Order: sequence, then C-alpha cells, then structure tokens
Amino acid sequence: MANVTLRSVRKTYPGGFEAIKGVDVDVGDGQFCVLVGPSGCGKSTLLRMVAGLETITGGEIDIGGRVVNQVEPADRDIAMVFQNYALYPHMSVYNNMAYGLRNRGMAEAEIRTRVEEAARVLELSPMLERKPRQLSGGQRQRVAMGRAIVRQPKVFLFDEPLSNLDAKLRIAMRVEIRKLQRRLNTTSIYVTHDQLEAMTLADILVVMNGGQVEQIGNPLDIYQKPATTFVASFIGAPPMNLMPLRSDELTSQIAGADGAGIVGIRPEDFVITGETASGGVALGLTVEAIEHVGAETFVYGSRRREEQGVAANPGELPPGEVIVRVPGTTGPAIGERIRAVAPRDKLHLFTADGRKRVGP
Amino acid sequence: MVEEEGFQRYLAHAILWIGIAIVAFPVYLAIVASTQDNAVIANGQMSLLPGGHFLETYYQTLFVGTSGSTREPVLNMMLNSLIMALLIAVGKIAISIISAYAIVYFRFPFRMAIFWTIFITLMLPVEVRIYPTYKIVADLHLLDSYAGLSLPLIASATATLLFRQFFMTVPDELLEASRIDGAGPFRFFWDTLLPLSRTNMAALFVILFILGWNQYLWPLLITTRDDMQTIQVGIRKMITTTDALTEWPVVMATALLAMLPPVFVVVVMQKLFVRGLVETEK
Amino acid sequence: MQKQAIFQSKLLPYALVAPQLAIVLIFFYWPAAQAVIQSFLLQDAFGLSTSFVWFENYLELFKDPAYFAAIVRTFAFSFAIAVSSLSFALLLAVMADKPLRGSTLYRTLLIWPYAVAPPVVGVLWVFMLHPSLGVLSRYLRAMGVDWNPLLDGDQAAALIILAAAWKQISYNFLFFLAGLQSIPKSVIEAAAIDGARPMRRFWTVIFPLLSPTIFFLLVINIVYAFFDTFGIIDTMTRGGPGKATETLVYKVYTDGLLGGNLGSSAAQSVILMVIVVVLTGIQFRFVERKVTY
Repeated sequence: MANVTLRSVRKTYPGGFEAIKGVDVDVGDGQFCVLVGPSGCGKSTLLRMVAGLETITGGEIDIGGRVVNQVEPADRDIAMVFQNYALYPHMSVYNNMAYGLRNRGMAEAEIRTRVEEAARVLELSPMLERKPRQLSGGQRQRVAMGRAIVRQPKVFLFDEPLSNLDAKLRIAMRVEIRKLQRRLNTTSIYVTHDQLEAMTLADILVVMNGGQVEQIGNPLDIYQKPATTFVASFIGAPPMNLMPLRSDELTSQIAGADGAGIVGIRPEDFVITGETASGGVALGLTVEAIEHVGAETFVYGSRRREEQGVAANPGELPPGEVIVRVPGTTGPAIGERIRAVAPRDKLHLFTADGRKRVGP
Repeated sequence: MVEEEGFQRYLAHAILWIGIAIVAFPVYLAIVASTQDNAVIANGQMSLLPGGHFLETYYQTLFVGTSGSTREPVLNMMLNSLIMALLIAVGKIAISIISAYAIVYFRFPFRMAIFWTIFITLMLPVEVRIYPTYKIVADLHLLDSYAGLSLPLIASATATLLFRQFFMTVPDELLEASRIDGAGPFRFFWDTLLPLSRTNMAALFVILFILGWNQYLWPLLITTRDDMQTIQVGIRKMITTTDALTEWPVVMATALLAMLPPVFVVVVMQKLFVRGLVETEK
Repeated sequence: MQKQAIFQSKLLPYALVAPQLAIVLIFFYWPAAQAVIQSFLLQDAFGLSTSFVWFENYLELFKDPAYFAAIVRTFAFSFAIAVSSLSFALLLAVMADKPLRGSTLYRTLLIWPYAVAPPVVGVLWVFMLHPSLGVLSRYLRAMGVDWNPLLDGDQAAALIILAAAWKQISYNFLFFLAGLQSIPKSVIEAAAIDGARPMRRFWTVIFPLLSPTIFFLLVINIVYAFFDTFGIIDTMTRGGPGKATETLVYKVYTDGLLGGNLGSSAAQSVILMVIVVVLTGIQFRFVERKVTY
C-alpha cells in the first residue's frame, strides 16, 4: 500500500518536444486516480513515467515515500495493464501470470497459490493452460489484470485497458475493475480518453490537456465546477454549451458576471418554458434536429438574430447551436420555435480566454 | 474464381504433368543408371528401366568409393557436407540473431555504422572475393578444416536483416511488460524473443542448410585432403578421370545421395522452406 | 524506423555484435580490401618486387579480347537462362494457379529441384546428353543432329543454358505462384465481367500485375546465372571446348588456379564486385519502389 506523489514532473523529448510541462498530483493510499484527456495530452506519457518506462526530465515521482526517478520498473513495485495487454504469446495463461513472480525468485508453491487465487477471482480457472491466442478479447484483458494482481504490487497502472473491447464488454469490465480495486484496496492510476470511464471509476480525476493538468478533484466536483472551458466541454456528454458573452449584453440577464467572457450551460440544465428567467438566461431557438435516446431526448437548436420573435430579450446571446436535454421521449418538433431557460445557479462563467472560472 | 471450362482444365493438368516430367526426367535417369551395370552404360546401351545392381552400387558408393584415384567412401563425404551445412546454418543464425538483437534493442555509439558494415556484405557473394579469402584462410591455417569451410560463408547479412525486420514487428509493450516483470536483457531475449522467433529461425535454418549443403566453389578450393571432401566436390572428382573409366552407376548414386537431404528437407518442410525462401529474398 | 522501447547498457550491445562483426571484418572486408589493393599492383615474374601501377591491370583486361568475350558470353548466358527458365516457370505457375484438383501435389513435384546442387545438376545433364552414352543423345543422333557438346562450342553452351535453366525453374515457379496468388480474385472476375476471354485476361490484367515479380526474378536469375552456374560449368564442360563456356566467375577461378598474374586476377574480382553491386542496386531501387507503390 502506498501513495503516489508527482512533484512538478516534466518530460522533454530529445527533439525538444515538451510532453509534460510540470505536473503535480497526489494520489492517496488505496485511491483510484484517473488521468483523462484527449489523445496527445500526455496522460500516457505520465503513466509510463510512473512505471519507469519513460525517463523523467524534471521533478520527482514518489511511490510510498521513496523517490523512484532512478529506479528500474521492476523495482518500483508496480504492475501495469497495457492497452494491447502485451501478453507473452508463447506462454500459457498460467505462465503469463507466473513469469514476473518467477523472475523475482518466488517459491513455486507460493506462485501457484497466488495464480490460482487470481484466476478464481477473474474466472480464468478453466483456461490456465491455454495460450493467449485461444482466448477472447475479454479473457485476454482479464489475464492482463491477473498478471498485475498476482504481483500484489503497491500500485496498479492501467493504460487504456478497455479500449480494445466492444462497448458492452467495456462497461462490464469497468464495473469489475472498480469492484476489484475496492476489494484489494490498491492504489491505482488509470489512463483513459473516455470521460464516462473517467467519471465512473475515479476517486480523483485528473483532467489533462497539452501536457498540463487542467483540473484535479473528485469527479462530481469537476463536473459541477469545471475550472476551465476545456474541462467544461471535455467532461460531460453531450458537452456543455459554451457561448461567448458580449459585455453590453451581460448586464440585464446575468448578474454578478464581472470579468466573465464566456457562459457555459449544460444541456440538462435547460428547461423549455414560456417563463422568463430571473438572473438566468433565456434562449430563443429554432429546432434543427432531434435525437431520441430513449430515456432522454436531445434537441439541437439554432439561435438566429432575425428570428427574435420568440425571445426578444435584450440579453440575447450571439448566434450558434445549442443542445438541450429533455427528459423522456416528448419534445418539440423540428422547425418549432422554443424558449430554453437556464437558472442563474446553473450558469458557468469563464474568463474570455477560457482559462479561468469566474464566480462560484 | 472464374470457372474454367472442361477443356481448359485438362490442358492445365497436361501441361503440369509435362512440366513435372521434364523436371523429373534427369533424376529418373540417374535412379535407373545407379542400378545398372557400368559396362552396359559405357556402351551407350543403357535401358530406361531399373536394373538389378541397386544394393551393390549403393554399398560400394557409401562405404568404399570409386575404384579410381579418389577412394573416399561417400558416407564420409556426406558427413563432411552435413557438418559444414549445420555449422553454416547454426552459426549464421546464432551470430545474426544476437547482433540483430543488439541493433534493435539497444542504443549505442556507432550502432548505425555497425549496421551498415554488416548490411553491405549482403551484396557480395563469396565467389567474387574467392582468392583473397582463400589466402586469408590459408594464413590462418584453416585449410582442410571445418572452420575454414564454414566461417567465410557465415559472413553475410541476410539473417541479420531478417531478424531485425522481425524484431521490429514485436510490440514494444512486450519488452515493457517484461521489464515490469523484472526481466533484464538476457531474460527478455531468452524467455520472450527467442521463443517468438522460433518459426523464423526454423525457416531460415531450412534455407541455410540447403545453401550450405550445396556449396561447391569454396569447398573445392580449400579442401585438398580426400577425407575433408564434401559430397559436391567428391562427385566432381569422380568424373575427372577419362570418360572410359568413369563409374557411372557410382556417380549417379552419389548424385542421388547428394540431393537426398536437401530435397527431403524441401518436401517435408515445404511450408517452412517456402516461407524462408520468400523472407530471405525480401 | 526505430524502436522506442530499449534496454540501457554500455557494453552488452558491443559484445552481442562482436562475433558477427569479427567474422565480417576478417572474412569479408579484409579479402575485399586485399582484392582492391592487389588490383592496383603489378608483381614481377619471380614475385620479388611489386609496384603500384594504377589502372594498368584493368586496362590490360579490357584490351584482352578473351576477357571481353567472357563478359559478352556471361551476359548472353544470363539472359538466355533467365528468359527460358522464367517463361517455362510462368507457364507452369499459371496452370498451377488454377483451381485444379491436386494443386498442392503439383507444387511439391515442381519445387524440389531447387534443392539440387549445381554440380549435381551438371552431372545429371552431362550423363543424359553425353555424346557417347547419353540416353537423349541417341534420339538426337537418330534425328540427324551431329550432337557432340564435347567438341562443338555452341552445343556446349546450349547444354549449360538448358541445365542451368532447368535448375532455376522451381525457384521461379514458386515466386510466380506466390505472385499470382496475391492478385485479388475480384480483379480477374471484374475483367471476366468486362468480357475479356482467358487469354486476353492473362495479357491485359494478370501479366501487368505480375510485372514487379517478373522484374525481381529477372535480376535474381541474372545474379544466379553469374555465380551459381559455376558448379554446372565445372562438372559439365570445364569452360570448354576451347573457351566456349567460360564465364567471368569461371575465368577468375581458372586464372587463379594457374596462379599467374595476381594483379589481373584481383582486377577481375573487383570488376565482378562492381557488377554485382550494380545489379543489387537495381534490385534495391526496385524493392524500394515496391514498398512506396
């Protein structure tokens, strides 16, 4: 058991490319930390630096109170699950799991106990003698997990472990990983580009972009109070509606918006109504498209100046497309004109460059 | 596939059988000749059907040799050929796989220079540098030795390139997983890379064995002692004597024995052979 | 292209490349360098003194009509062997590519001659077409051919070409078959739907798609004819009668055996090296094009 601390960690490649531009993260003992961000944001690089597979240009990585910058991967007491699983194709499932233990000189009896226990937990017991190519994608994934578990390491590292699975299996494995991690109570760092995976798995969520941390926190806090417009649009699906504010339009509709240049409203925070919003925002929309998902309906509307007949408020926002979520299956028809209203406390205000949240 | 009409199909079968006959005829003739009496053959009266001297001829060939000047039993020549072919195949695979491993899995000064030094050898077969090589082998006192027979033929890059190409296709994550599992360079090579290379090694072995077994010019040059002759060299010496004295049944038996091991390898390990042939020419 | 995942070690990689590097340096670069140096030197008749003579050895060679004839002969042999073997192999491969019963058996029965060593090929063919005892010679004479390759240079050359082409059939067949099998069936079906008859399909669709294979094999066959025919020539004709079947490689060998002019022999080796490098260069350029195309 251990906590993992990154102190102003940097990575610059020989060509001069700065992949990680100073990252501070503190993962507590037994916590599940998820690094999330678009591809190329540096999340995998960061994970591989923790694993010891990439050198560290600056800063410190601390696992369980020991700075491991110069420590070999094998000696960091970590285990890793790779995106393509990296199973040894020529070894049986049993040997895949046992290999790391043998290399450490563990007694064969102890190895057997551990592997069989892991196989039982992961429901791999009937397949221990098979080769990886005889397994399905989900089974391979579980072998990769098993290989990590038997080591009983201080830290689990996951590099997009579910991205090679189909959608249904992905959800099932996601739940399994979470249950397993809770039971073993092992500190874990998990990399994904899928915000839903990130939201559902994380104790601490680290949102990354361009080699930097955009925001760290628990997933719900991040969802409710995104620190930047990047986080606001990356976390949540469909993404938050972000609309630039013009200073002369702010006054009447949005109170307490000093210094704000962008307003963000989540699709589910709108209500389609005829009433006005006090302190909030009301938008006049022409319905362009409708998506029925079953439990909810997404309405894609456009705001156009010349169609202000519906909402003639002076604080009308500039043109653009807005997504509105409506519960259930009932919604407006295409071409219909609607009024979408969001209350003041559901508005997210950001500075004009999107780098900073304004207000609460 | 587009359907072939009946006549077209029969034509194809016929052409293929004609091809097979052309390819097989000289060998058939050798089989027949090896079972007949030399006097009949020398008269130009050879029958196209096998004769009754099979055991006699092959016993003489394998264990006695010709009655002429070179009285070396062919079994001994075959042993020499076998040792040379194995040394070439195993030696080349062994030194190539470790140098390819170094070139792919390590970064070190002069890495590319070394790679090119090895790569260039791909271009020049031993035939073009035959006498200077002979002189060096003589200076090293390696004439009439198995080392002298095999070492100069090991000096080529084909296998190194093949292994390099294969290693490049091995996913990086396998090395990373091994490192996390506590495997160093030796363990990774031995536990993971070598087992994964098995098919490639086998295919390469098949090709190199055939090439080694069939070497001619080099053994011809550097073996002077009869007991160091390879079978390819031995067979040539059998027909050196004036035509009248050539013991054709023995020569033909030797020819057949000379082609037996490599042909056997090609037919039995056809898949590996084809793979090896295609890969080494890439 | 480079691997991202690597090991860190200062000495180990050198230890790993050392064996191959040593063998390559001793048995490849050293003799090659000696050949080049030697080719610029002239030794007196007693081997007592040598002098640096620039390109004199080379000039002597090119002034020598025998050498010039050997060059022409070698190329003529190469083309004759390549063309005859390639066309016959292509015919067989096209037939074997059809969905016939027993096609794997056909393949097996056609590829084994690859494994027959050149000197053995020579022995087999010389026996078959020996002027006095050859089985086929009987029929040739019965047809009125004055068959005697031991005396007639042209007949000797034909014999060499036939034997060498025979050995190469299986190799060419294999590569042609692989080439044919890599042509997508849908392309051929499309041509059939476009109304092309089988012969037309072959010349307008299959043959052009096969041209990279043909070119590749042409180069390989020429290189083969340069070097691997040595064993065939040595067992069949010893370069004779006269010099009717003496190729460049054979000439290097016999001149060296006589042991006379070291400089000239070295110069011949260097010229051979240059020819091979040019041929391989052509092949590499072609391979590169295949990759990008």
